[in-house]
Amino acid sequence: MSVLLFTLIVLAGAFLAGLIGSLTGLGGGVIIIPLLTLVLGVDIHYAIGASIISVIATSSGSAAAYVREGITNVRIGMFLEIATTVSAVIGAVITVFIDPNYIAIIFGAILLFSSAMMIRKKVDRSDNDTSGRLAIFFKLNGSYPTGSGIKKYAVHNVAGGFFMMFIAGIVSGLLGIGSGALKVVAMDNIMRIPFKVSTTTSNFMMGVTAAASAVVYLHRGQIDPGIAMPVAVGVLLGATIGSKILMRVKADRLKVIFAAVVTFLALQMIYNGYMGRL
Amino acid sequence: MMKKDKDFPRGKDIEIILGTLLRVGVIASMSVVLIGGVVYLLFNYSGIIDYGTFDAHRTEFSSIAAIFLGLGRLDSEAIIQFGVLLLIFTPILRVVFSIFGFLTERDYLYVLIGLLVLIVILFSLSNRLTG
Repeated sequence: MSVLLFTLIVLAGAFLAGLIGSLTGLGGGVIIIPLLTLVLGVDIHYAIGASIISVIATSSGSAAAYVREGITNVRIGMFLEIATTVSAVIGAVITVFIDPNYIAIIFGAILLFSSAMMIRKKVDRSDNDTSGRLAIFFKLNGSYPTGSGIKKYAVHNVAGGFFMMFIAGIVSGLLGIGSGALKVVAMDNIMRIPFKVSTTTSNFMMGVTAAASAVVYLHRGQIDPGIAMPVAVGVLLGATIGSKILMRVKADRLKVIFAAVVTFLALQMIYNGYMGRL
Repeated sequence: MMKKDKDFPRGKDIEIILGTLLRVGVIASMSVVLIGGVVYLLFNYSGIIDYGTFDAHRTEFSSIAAIFLGLGRLDSEAIIQFGVLLLIFTPILRVVFSIFGFLTERDYLYVLIGLLVLIVILFSLSNRLTG
């Protein structure tokens, strides 16, 4: 394939990935990796390297807006980044020692999980009643602005959330994705942080987590300029436009459609990995 | 609004600085990647590529030193990688700024936590992990 054709296809695909990613909250990596590996025959290690760059670009771009609004809990973010950066580096170090076919299968499994999380009805279990000693020691309890004034919340099960974040970081470093679905499990279900705070804080952490593994990928030669360039530019453009039209479309119906698409991609990745084609 | 600002006077300033930093970092790095990309396409558009197998030595720009050397001779691939490097350093710089923010709030526990995160990232920069 010629450089020009390859660049244009990846640019268009990455644009779509960024658009869908921001509309569904999935992130661009889950679509860009199947596109590169299954459609364009790119080695999964290059796909991972390019994907992590798009994760940094989109998460930093949207975090910029959220941080200013004062919804992000910077302390929760910083505290959990200890877990995610350490584990992201571990994930990025071990990823080359794993058979690409196994990586594809793990990737498919995470994708299935993410699409299930996407359509599941969310239950906000946040409260301001009880709070553990760790949450008080680390000053994690906070407040955020809502339509009806400042709302306070208490953080629960800090140790459990920290452990889940460690898992999320390993997955992120292993596969080159933001692993937002796992971070949401840690924050919504285990630590019981309000949605608005958990989504923005998870996004805020993603950039640093991805940067930690990106450095490892870069040194290993997994970040190739010919792939990283169209992926980063395309995903960022798509995500920017996606966030602009997000307010005008009914996201719920879109999510069901995209969950089906993602499930299909997941099964493809698992099938190809199982058959040893990657 | 006035009351809200009174509640977190210093915290609010830091949040605005962090937000601006992230935005400027993304825009600057993407501009560099775009410039490098245009030059790269101008010189290589008809070349044939195959990314079918992973080769650690395909790109020579896999370290910070190599990227700066390539930048010196205005190599298009080095320019793209420099943009990528700027992007990677945007959230890292965010951690550095957060540490200063916590320092002005005299929250030394979080200064320590921030430093810990920074140390992990600097450790991964040391080039010894890839083997």
